[in-house]
Amino acid sequence: MSTVPAAESLRGTQRVRDWIGDRLLLILTLLAALASVVLMALIAWRVFRGASLSWSTFGLGFLTGTTWDATHDVYGAGTLLYGTAVTSVMALLIAGPLGIAIALFLTELAPRWIREVIGPLVEMLAAVPSVVLGLWGILVLGPFAAGHIEPWLNKTLGWIPLFSGDPSSSGVFIAGLILAIMVVPIVASICRELFLAVPHELEDGALALGATRWEMVRGVVLSSSKPGIGAALILGLGRALGEAIAVTQVIGSATAINVSLFAPGDTLASRIASQFQGAGTRLQTSSLFYLAAILLVIGLVTNLIAQLIVRRFEVQRAVG
Amino acid sequence: MASMEQTIDLSGGGRSRRRRLVNKLAEFVATLAALSAVAVLAIVVLSIAKRGAGELSWSFLTEPLPLFGMPGGGIAPLIVGSALLVAIATAIALPLGVLSALFLTEYASRRLASPIQLVFDLMSGLPSVILGVFVFGLLVYGHTQSGVAGGFALSIVMLPLIARSTQETLRLVPEAQRDGALALGASRWRVVTGVVLPSAVGGILTGTVLAIARAAGETAPLLFTTSIYLNSVQWGPRNALPNMPVQIFIWSESADPEDHKRAWATALVLLAFVLATSLLGRAALARSRRKLGQ
Repeated sequence: MSTVPAAESLRGTQRVRDWIGDRLLLILTLLAALASVVLMALIAWRVFRGASLSWSTFGLGFLTGTTWDATHDVYGAGTLLYGTAVTSVMALLIAGPLGIAIALFLTELAPRWIREVIGPLVEMLAAVPSVVLGLWGILVLGPFAAGHIEPWLNKTLGWIPLFSGDPSSSGVFIAGLILAIMVVPIVASICRELFLAVPHELEDGALALGATRWEMVRGVVLSSSKPGIGAALILGLGRALGEAIAVTQVIGSATAINVSLFAPGDTLASRIASQFQGAGTRLQTSSLFYLAAILLVIGLVTNLIAQLIVRRFEVQRAVG
Repeated sequence: MASMEQTIDLSGGGRSRRRRLVNKLAEFVATLAALSAVAVLAIVVLSIAKRGAGELSWSFLTEPLPLFGMPGGGIAPLIVGSALLVAIATAIALPLGVLSALFLTEYASRRLASPIQLVFDLMSGLPSVILGVFVFGLLVYGHTQSGVAGGFALSIVMLPLIARSTQETLRLVPEAQRDGALALGASRWRVVTGVVLPSAVGGILTGTVLAIARAAGETAPLLFTTSIYLNSVQWGPRNALPNMPVQIFIWSESADPEDHKRAWATALVLLAFVLATSLLGRAALARSRRKLGQ
């Protein structure tokens, strides 16, 4: 008879423990998720607060000002915005088509065993640390480009101002090349996922109608993945815009806009990386925070656009 | 008869030949693109291996950093420091990432999960130099650089990666397992800790290994948070910790060819670690996904 209440009370403590356990785990996981959201807000808040002194001094004129003069304590982001735009656009022009072509090769062309070798190798390229790639860029790629690629470009396309000027082993051109190497695996791996998701019936249908493989790719694979490819390119662009270390290593450093790609330059991220540590005045530090704030806004906007495209696209695929 | 021949002529005309030519050209370009990416990887890895291997020796791996302008020296402090920084980052990012992922997959409604998911996606897209600036402003400004600050900055790199890979693994745990356990009368937390997590632990660990591979090579988050350090091995995370990425950066900017040699050798050590870890992580990930998928 005495066992019954014991079992009862046992079940009771079990229930209490479950009640506590359930609440505890829920609260714990909820707190962790909230902490991550708070962390993101904290990042934005701290960066903007750091920029406030420079903001109140220069205002929006900071974006167009082309002087960056530490001795007179006058700062502007104009040349850096130009450098960032040129290097990332160049990277995207090279890496975009290349990444899409690689993804097509992996999904439509390569036999299975080649796909399983080359796919991971392309992703390994993304795993190379940027400081290592930058080291290679400044000591191997730079001299090679200055000796072979740049003189050739200068000879054939020298009438375009971008390709005028003397070849140099560090400069905007090398930075664009290094960024392209970083962006290729991003575009390739996202596009590969996209192309794999294209329904096989559509591809087979096009082929059965007598289309060549390329016509099938153009008419079915590429056209149905258009928004996704856009997102992949935007994500690649975001990576190129924000890269600090490798760009700092290879771009040289310039205080004015140089039209020639072979000349040194500077980007938002590379200026932060090269000057933040040694900033002499509070206004200079704050101006570097301002650069970080610009970078933060650009980074958030590009990523937001890409995520929105991806989400809408996924929904579309899921429905249709 | 003549008209019949025309209609069954499938190989025919210049137009068809042109189409096939364009097709061949497109296939050639795609193949070339894939080969060029592999070639770039091979060239980068080989030129680092070639230049770095000559400098590598037992003493290079075990001695303290060279004094300024002096010959010799080693990178023991960098290896220890990098390991400590990654350990600190993992200690912060792993619990936070796993718990967040649990909330997103096991508890949150779709409407609540979606914005939190977006925050993680945005966080993983942040330029890493911003993390360096942020942690400098938060922890270093007015204080000193420290291993804790550097590790914290790296943890922000790892957090979205771990959260995402954990979520993907959790989603692979069959719904039937959860339902079965719930039907047997198990409470929610019992199901999560006793059924869901044990099946997902392999995937979570390999996701963490991949995040470690990524964080170990990050320079920008450490550049303002732990870049002014002593030449000897540092064990205390309250001091700035010497580390491989920052030192490679410093040596690569130096004008001294001796420093370039050291940079190559250190780059080789770092690259070997990063590539080996991410290969290992990838292989393990594929295996654990297959196992869960069955």
